[in-house]
Amino acid sequence: MAAKFDNPIVRWIDHRLPIFSFMHHELHEYPTPKNLNYWWNFGSLAGIALVIMLVSGITLAMHYTPHVDYAFDSVERIMRDVNYGWLIRYIHMNGASFFFIVVYIHIFRGLYYGSYKAPRELLWMLGVVIMLLMMATAFMGYVLPWGQMSFWGATVITNLFSAIPVVGESIVTWLWGGFAVDNATLNRFFSLHYLLPFVIVGVVVLHLVALHRFGSNNPLGIDVKGPKDQIPFHPYYTVKDAFGLGVFLIAFAAFVFFAPNFMGHPDNYIPADPLVTPAHIVPEWYFLPFYAILRAIPDKLGGVLFMFGAIAVLFILPWLDRSPVRSGQFRPIFKIFFWILVIDVVALTYLGGKPPEGWYVLASRLATAYYFIHFLVILPLLSVFETPRQLPKSISEPVTGGGAGFAGATAAPREKV
Amino acid sequence: MADTHQGDTRRDFLYVATTAVGAVGAACVAWPFIDQMNPAADVLALASIEFDTSTVAEGMAVTVKWRGKPVFVRHRTPAEIEEARAVPLSELRDPQADGARALKPEQLIVVGVCTHLGCVPLGQKPSDPRGDYGGWFCPCHGSHYDTSGRIRKGPAPLNLPVPEYQYISDSVVRIG
Repeated sequence: MAAKFDNPIVRWIDHRLPIFSFMHHELHEYPTPKNLNYWWNFGSLAGIALVIMLVSGITLAMHYTPHVDYAFDSVERIMRDVNYGWLIRYIHMNGASFFFIVVYIHIFRGLYYGSYKAPRELLWMLGVVIMLLMMATAFMGYVLPWGQMSFWGATVITNLFSAIPVVGESIVTWLWGGFAVDNATLNRFFSLHYLLPFVIVGVVVLHLVALHRFGSNNPLGIDVKGPKDQIPFHPYYTVKDAFGLGVFLIAFAAFVFFAPNFMGHPDNYIPADPLVTPAHIVPEWYFLPFYAILRAIPDKLGGVLFMFGAIAVLFILPWLDRSPVRSGQFRPIFKIFFWILVIDVVALTYLGGKPPEGWYVLASRLATAYYFIHFLVILPLLSVFETPRQLPKSISEPVTGGGAGFAGATAAPREKV
Repeated sequence: MADTHQGDTRRDFLYVATTAVGAVGAACVAWPFIDQMNPAADVLALASIEFDTSTVAEGMAVTVKWRGKPVFVRHRTPAEIEEARAVPLSELRDPQADGARALKPEQLIVVGVCTHLGCVPLGQKPSDPRGDYGGWFCPCHGSHYDTSGRIRKGPAPLNLPVPEYQYISDSVVRIG
């Protein structure tokens, strides 16, 4: 396991602090299933998105003022006066959206290929924790520019807690530090918005430790049967991740430079006014499915419970889907329901952005019902009634026609040809 | 074997080219994050100020803030000007003639930051100690400046700097 290093300084340090051996082991020789497809790029992309958010956020904090009288103006100063402030703010704004895009794709990849199943239950649950932390961070970050959407978004979301029986009102007052969203709220949101990303980094480290315990799942969803099913992470997946990163950055730059406000809401360029609510409040697009669920339930407490339940159900997913077959490729009926779920969540996203009137209300209720039926009824029943297709014996078998037939492809890094 | 060697060269070229493009890209991304710490446009917009020197009576001094630092405007008496002019340049640590330090001899304008470690020297108020040479005295580490703001004694290496300024009317100066 101890790697050989040519540089004597590196060797001296590594003997005392095996940081280089560790990195070599986890990022270089780390044996990875050789059949990962491009859906597996989104994990590393999420990590990079987190770094982009940290770097742009820390620089923005150098210029931002968390005070109700100055916050909006300090953001405008960043846009107009600070060198490249417009660029850094647009990176941070759009970075949040792209972080969620990447993470949602990452989650749906896990759902399709059964990446949440044994022995990766904790890996999956840590991922859900990361998503919850991301949501809290994104929500509080959206409050900081102190525009109309910031203020009323903060008011509406903190008021969710008033649905809790008996202590609800006290909790909301505690969250606000006053009798309405005000300076105290803005200050604590800024503090927590700065803190939580580092908590996310910590949970990401745990996520990676859990991942490297058993290694990546793969499109076939079967366990690796030995070195012939694996290739070293470097250079095979570093280069594949780098290519995916290039594609991601092109899309990201297209939004940052050519449509920076496409995913934002124009009302947030109006300074916060505690006396006037905008006609139509919508959260950022990445909250819309949950917002749709909240509004679909015609009861205050019920709406809040179902909204949080939509995430809670993901925590227990490994015990809802009891099918021993991981990958959706070998589950003909599951595959159909998976795509219905994708359509359902897209529909919830659309409905969450529409006013709660007319047929939107009915459609939101049906889509909400289906979301829970999928996890609580369909998946447990499929585990019992579905007949999966025959699984290949190994990752190599579908390619070579026999498990041992391709012994030349070992885990050793290939020399230049 | 020759083919293998050619393949090597091509792959090396790709490898170096990829790394080079990546490094240039990283540098381009890094620059905005470095430059954002430089003075912003609104800070640079306040980089020059105007001041009416006729408000300072003879023998008095006024401190104005310019780029976040104190600027000493001193209306010198004829005796003080004479004292500054009489010093032979060979006696000075940072030789500079008094005539080169003031556009109008009676109005001395210098940046009031000690050239040792950046404290503000005393000497603006009549009650302040002015040091052994009648100019300014820095209380932090005991530097003495003369009536031309030149360093005469103590640890500071240089004279109090004269900011860039010009008279835009008889008495109004624009500093910066």
